[in-house]
Amino acid sequence: MNTFVDVASEEMPSGIPLSERGPAPRRVVAGFGFWLFLLSDIIIFSALFAAYAVLSGETNGGPSGIELFDKRHVLFETACLLASSFTCGMMMLAMERRSAPMTYFWSLLTAALGVRFLWLEITEFADMVHRGAGPARSAFLSSFFTLVGTHGAHVTIGIAWLMIMMLQVATIGFRPMVIRRLLCFSLFWHALDIVWIGVFTVVYLGARP
Amino acid sequence: MNADVPVAETDRAPGSHRSSRDRLRSYILGLGLAVVLTAASFAASSSSFVWGPSIPVLLAVLAIAQMGVHLVFFLHISTAPDSTNNILSLAFGIFVVALVIFGSMIIMANLNHNMMPMDQLMDIHTQR
Repeated sequence: MNTFVDVASEEMPSGIPLSERGPAPRRVVAGFGFWLFLLSDIIIFSALFAAYAVLSGETNGGPSGIELFDKRHVLFETACLLASSFTCGMMMLAMERRSAPMTYFWSLLTAALGVRFLWLEITEFADMVHRGAGPARSAFLSSFFTLVGTHGAHVTIGIAWLMIMMLQVATIGFRPMVIRRLLCFSLFWHALDIVWIGVFTVVYLGARP
Repeated sequence: MNADVPVAETDRAPGSHRSSRDRLRSYILGLGLAVVLTAASFAASSSSFVWGPSIPVLLAVLAIAQMGVHLVFFLHISTAPDSTNNILSLAFGIFVVALVIFGSMIIMANLNHNMMPMDQLMDIHTQR
């Protein structure tokens, strides 16, 4: 018996009216549930963005954003995250073809780009703390480290999750539950990239003298 | 509208791609658009072509456009019946996010406006 349910075979026949189709497939329900979690996560970020927007001018005589941020550094970080979003999409396509080697390849590339992004962020934070612009220096820096640090923590969790998913693919294979989890991971990873668009626009490019 | 009319295979909302090749095309198109919008954001932030005070508005427009590109081409949010609930909850999420961010900014700006300047406040305390 074939336990590997194909994603395409779960699609609803299009001839039946929506009201007569019965319960949605589990893939759609699981995706919707995770989507609700992502929206609540984005609301957490919105509170941090609000705090940053209110406090970004309160430097308490310390360095302001325009003195601290390096645009080329941020551009490189953005490129890493955008490329990892694309490789995550490629991983999902490889998963739909049930190709384990290609899934490993694209997931490793996704994780490597995520680690590169994290490393850039950690060096940036370490450099700022070294220059005396740590989170305790001013309200502006407190809100900056909270907002950008929370995003970094999410990326860290995402990389750990991806590694666990690859172990599951290696041990139990492309079962429907593994496929649903990978689908949720890809939603999580793309949502983090959307939050990063807000971060680089508001925090880094929005820094005015 | 007559329900018997067959819907052409190509007549789909963007994002509701079914075949693997269509989805690959969607990811590549999305990546291309995202790269262009990101490059435009970074270029606009330090350009002298744009009237200075309008740059924040331009950055906001580019960021919202890029978020839309990510939603459609990477997260595959579409008008397909499967994602009706996702779109409704997304609309509610955007509403809450806008309330939190702009509400906080308006309230804090108003409090700031009504607060006595810090040096005068200090004077009151020292006189007592």
